Amino acid sequence: MAADGTLVAGAPASAANGRANTMQRFARRRSTIAFLMALPLIALIGGLVVYPAGYAMWLSTLNRRMTANIGLGNFEILLDSDTFWMVIWQSCIFAVGAVIAKALIGFWLAHMLHHIPAKGQRKWRGMLLIPWVIPPALSTLGWWWMFDPSYSSINWILNIFAVPAVPWLGEPWWARFSVILVNVWYGSPFFMIMYLAALKSVPDQLYEAAAIDGATGWQGLRYVTLPMMQNIISITVLFSLIVTFANYDIVRVLTNGGPRDLTQVFASYAFQVGILSGNLPRGAAVSLFMFPVLAVFAFFILRGINRRNREQM
Amino acid sequence: MVVKGMTRRGALRSGAGVMAAGLLGAPMVHAQGTGGSLRVAFWDHWVPTGNDAMRALVTEWSQKNRVEVTLDFINTTGNQLQLAGAAQAQSKSGHDIISLAPWDVGTYASVLEPVDDVINRLIAKYGPINPVAEYLAKREGAWRGVPATSGTQNKPACVRFDLMQEHAGLDVRAMWPASGQPGPGADQWTWDTFLTAAEKCGKAGFPFGLPMGAFSDAVDWVGALFASYGASMMDEKGKPTVRNNPKLRTAIEYAVRLSKTLPNDVWAWDDASNNRALISGKSALVFNPPSAWAVAKRDQPQVAEKCWTIPMPAGPEGRFLAYLPWTSGIWNFGRNKQTAKALLEFLGERSSAEALTSKTSGYDIPPFETMTDFKIWETEGPPVGTVYNYPLKPHHKAKPSIAFAPAPGEFAAQMYVQALNTKVIARVAQGGDTVDQALGWLERELTTIVRGG
Repeated sequence: MAADGTLVAGAPASAANGRANTMQRFARRRSTIAFLMALPLIALIGGLVVYPAGYAMWLSTLNRRMTANIGLGNFEILLDSDTFWMVIWQSCIFAVGAVIAKALIGFWLAHMLHHIPAKGQRKWRGMLLIPWVIPPALSTLGWWWMFDPSYSSINWILNIFAVPAVPWLGEPWWARFSVILVNVWYGSPFFMIMYLAALKSVPDQLYEAAAIDGATGWQGLRYVTLPMMQNIISITVLFSLIVTFANYDIVRVLTNGGPRDLTQVFASYAFQVGILSGNLPRGAAVSLFMFPVLAVFAFFILRGINRRNREQM
Repeated sequence: MVVKGMTRRGALRSGAGVMAAGLLGAPMVHAQGTGGSLRVAFWDHWVPTGNDAMRALVTEWSQKNRVEVTLDFINTTGNQLQLAGAAQAQSKSGHDIISLAPWDVGTYASVLEPVDDVINRLIAKYGPINPVAEYLAKREGAWRGVPATSGTQNKPACVRFDLMQEHAGLDVRAMWPASGQPGPGADQWTWDTFLTAAEKCGKAGFPFGLPMGAFSDAVDWVGALFASYGASMMDEKGKPTVRNNPKLRTAIEYAVRLSKTLPNDVWAWDDASNNRALISGKSALVFNPPSAWAVAKRDQPQVAEKCWTIPMPAGPEGRFLAYLPWTSGIWNFGRNKQTAKALLEFLGERSSAEALTSKTSGYDIPPFETMTDFKIWETEGPPVGTVYNYPLKPHHKAKPSIAFAPAPGEFAAQMYVQALNTKVIARVAQGGDTVDQALGWLERELTTIVRGG
């Protein structure tokens, strides 16, 4: 009995020890700890990115009343619409135009700042960053007052110099120019600060070596600075492209997509169709159109970065 | 000892007594101040005193009925109220009552409680309800909301009578006096007369301030213009009526001619631009509720005292008045629907409507024709009587209108938000399309809207 009793009592104990050991080993594994530590972030991304994205995809397959699944019907309908094709082109013009301008202005500003003595540089850096730190909905309102159809302060100044008033928001090409201009004003400081950081990481010895070899300033820029900054430029352009494509507030505040939808971009059109017109599934389909367009851009930019990294290795 | 002394019959008797006391006591609990609770989201009124008037009425009702009411005022800047409605309809949680923008009643009809009982009692008391309010709030034979007074507006013409007299030779105060009768020349107040006056005032440097963009002020006045020409784009069955539609073509051609007399930037005007045009003294006429005049009264009194509100001009198919109503809806997932109905019925009473309208200087328009005689519209000034003709009076011989009616609500909402009526004019007047090209574009847009159910 005693032996039996020991056996009966001993068996679960050893099983429990075995389980504990397994659990302990599992808990001590680096990957487990890493997973547990990353879990809050994963939950956050799951809740705020994956779930809404999945929900938007599901929504886009429904009919207007959300009572039946129509597959890719909403996408098909959109592609048959003149207005939506216009929105695609405008989104591309807006995003590509604004990103190119921001990259060039940011690059120029970064160079100017880089050559200012360290003492005064901080002051200029702070001032040039101001547009980027003001909430865009607020600063766009300021711009809207300056562009106001009837009481534009810019036109008032132009009139002083006998220049005729410009219909900033009423004429299609001026309206497109205005929304791009505000986006460039807002986004250039981001490029500037990224490029400035990249410039500061270029070793001075490279410039010295180039100078000894007789390189001009332009050649230094072309053969030293740009190759050293290439990856930062690519990453910054990609990031800005994504943000600019998804931009909503500038168009919404400045032109509301007008005149005649000629400044409408994906986000503003999705809001108009989805929320204001009460057609949530079609609005979701509009916003999902950004995904393939951005995927194409991201593919080419990231491929370039990977290729350069391989060459350097 | 006490237990020991209790008999079985005594215990049963006591139990029955406790139960009866409980049942009889329930209404008393209500009477003691637990008539339930309500969460209400109303539109945040433009007129600063509008919210106070609403708050006073709701407080009066809640105290009388011992209901705890949480009142939120949500503004429409950045479409916050519309976004709240969309989020609450999707999540099936939120307020019990919510103010709904004109087309949102139809959009959320499936999650709104039918309120036919409330409406029928109000109609029995006050007569027929505004047909536009009915078109917007009735879905599949049931009322899905109670047309509200607060925030509901007409958009008649607010005219600078001095400029109109001087440059167009029209005495609008004599034509439309502050009395129940039209004056001499009122029958000549047509869109043709209007165009002539617009040309003359435009030449004199005081163009009419008529927005032609995608905001509601633009869509509304163009909607009333099209209605007075009988120009509809879609019938009540959802069939586009663009092709071979001479009335639509005539209305577009007229609007293109009229647009030539307007400032060249009206295509970018928002709902505040026409107000600014009037208040600054640069414009002889706008289509607007009295808010523009009210701001002028505060900021530019010399302009306000020369303003006079008159009906919109008449066209071949009659006179129409742009009307933009708010509706109060009760979510069908709410907890206290009967109490919510009682509150909305109280707010629909004549006394409540008059209190709201009076506190907003006459801005709010009740949904019943029998309520167009409030004293405030006679006494408000300067000049006294300036908003007398703001509500639709019988002698105006006009009908209320909303753009794109009689198209089914779900399609009309999309046409309205996408401002198809102003865009079709802009394609010709600004974009250089022929009328045929613009109509072709319009038909394709309508087909896109109808597709997908």
